[in-house]
Amino acid sequence: MAECLLELNSVSFAYGSSIVLQDIDLKVFNNDFIGVIGPNGGGKTTLLKLILGLVKPLKGKIIPGKALQEGSGIGYLPQITTGDNNFPVTVKDVVLSGLMMRKGLISMMTAADRNKASQVIDELGLNDLSGSSLNELSGGQLQRVFLGRAVIGDPRLLLLDEPGNFVDSSFESDFYEKLRLLNKRMAIMMVSHDVGTISSHIKSFACVNRMLHYHPSSEITNEDLLAYGCPIQLITHGEVPHTVLKKH
Amino acid sequence: MEVSIFQYEFILKGLLGAVFASITAGIIGTYIVSKRMVFLSGGIAHASFGGIGIGYFAGISPVLGAAVFSILSALGIEFLSVRQKIREDSAIGILWAFGMAIGIIFIYLTPGYTPDLMSYLFGSILTVSYWDISALAIMSVLLILYFGVFYRTILYISYDEQYARTYSPYVNIFKYITTALIALTIVLNIRMAGVVLVISLLTIPPNIAMIFTRVYKRIVVASVLTGFAGTSLGYAISYKAGIPAGASIIFTLVVIWIIAKSINRLAVAMKTAG
Repeated sequence: MAECLLELNSVSFAYGSSIVLQDIDLKVFNNDFIGVIGPNGGGKTTLLKLILGLVKPLKGKIIPGKALQEGSGIGYLPQITTGDNNFPVTVKDVVLSGLMMRKGLISMMTAADRNKASQVIDELGLNDLSGSSLNELSGGQLQRVFLGRAVIGDPRLLLLDEPGNFVDSSFESDFYEKLRLLNKRMAIMMVSHDVGTISSHIKSFACVNRMLHYHPSSEITNEDLLAYGCPIQLITHGEVPHTVLKKH
Repeated sequence: MEVSIFQYEFILKGLLGAVFASITAGIIGTYIVSKRMVFLSGGIAHASFGGIGIGYFAGISPVLGAAVFSILSALGIEFLSVRQKIREDSAIGILWAFGMAIGIIFIYLTPGYTPDLMSYLFGSILTVSYWDISALAIMSVLLILYFGVFYRTILYISYDEQYARTYSPYVNIFKYITTALIALTIVLNIRMAGVVLVISLLTIPPNIAMIFTRVYKRIVVASVLTGFAGTSLGYAISYKAGIPAGASIIFTLVVIWIIAKSINRLAVAMKTAG
């Protein structure tokens, strides 16, 4: 049964005097897989930050559903690594930090937490690197560590900001398969400026360029893409899964 | 040779001072090196000279003056940089010299001779009182408790502040508390190593430790141990050679750093060769 996890009610946001998002309405349900697309500077990342509570809306309301309030909340994979990868912290430590949402101020990690972290690290194929520090890792490996951090707490909603940026091609199909499996347990919102890299597992689209247009299922035309000010041309051959959104 | 009361006291003070200086400098040093806050800390150390000058002038304890002055300047920089109103490195550069200037002005305005001014600049075991050592001991306990109890919280805020903000509303509070503790640790260690040299007491031990480990907790422990080796050896040398303690401590620590680096190079070379 579809259960509403999150509702945005005519939310607007501005950096200084420039309005980034205007009157956004969106409902996220428990097994959604929403692709958030739109041009650079269109407000996609800001939308995620609003949902995370990192910035407060100028007006409108963000209403978390029951499941988000009670459960372990929201998992988040940032666009660029906001941390300093030369900081002396191990892969396991970073993955464990995904459990901090449930912990209080005095946050000791239990044996169960450590086992859980080992299991997540194992599933991501990083078990040899568990004790490594981050500056020894490749971009793709780092991205997997951050995915581990985002999902270790079994969140009900997973926010991914441009995950395609770092994922190396050898891991890419694994990565999207992993997302498909995760989607059985949690709703996913995935931001991408490059429609070409968006996974075929996405169930619906939200086009963000100051306004938000929601496409419950899937068709898009080249003219539509141009309307967002992002001249994208997809050149493919062979049988490539594709999605075309309807005009709005 | 018989050990006189004076010598005994000197050795005891030196050892106790070395223990607590190493603990405080090891914990705070690991933090500022990992967070790349060395320049900020150098700025705080020098700015605190303003507080020392005001302390002399007002006839209160220079350490107290320095403590108040450095905590306020450290929090000021943190506050300004959180609000992103000013370039942090410029703010530090200005404060660094401004604090020194204030210190010099007030010391010149203070009537009479200021006998242990040199000890504030370069550190001296002769002028370290039991009060100074007790203050360092209390600081050690405070830091062990703070970093022990909030280890994960502090580690994760330091590593990735923005991510920490997604789950914790206390990020800024922790940053301010930690910054105040950095300032206090620097000021208390000024008695040992002096305004000019204290920053190396904080930065060299973690850099030696990081040659061998990248695990935060281990860096702290290794920094405390190397710090202790360097400070106690440095004291012994300063006593024997009759040179200022701060200088000989830093010199000893740098020698240890060079040796550690060489050993590591050699080990890596042997590994790749074998």
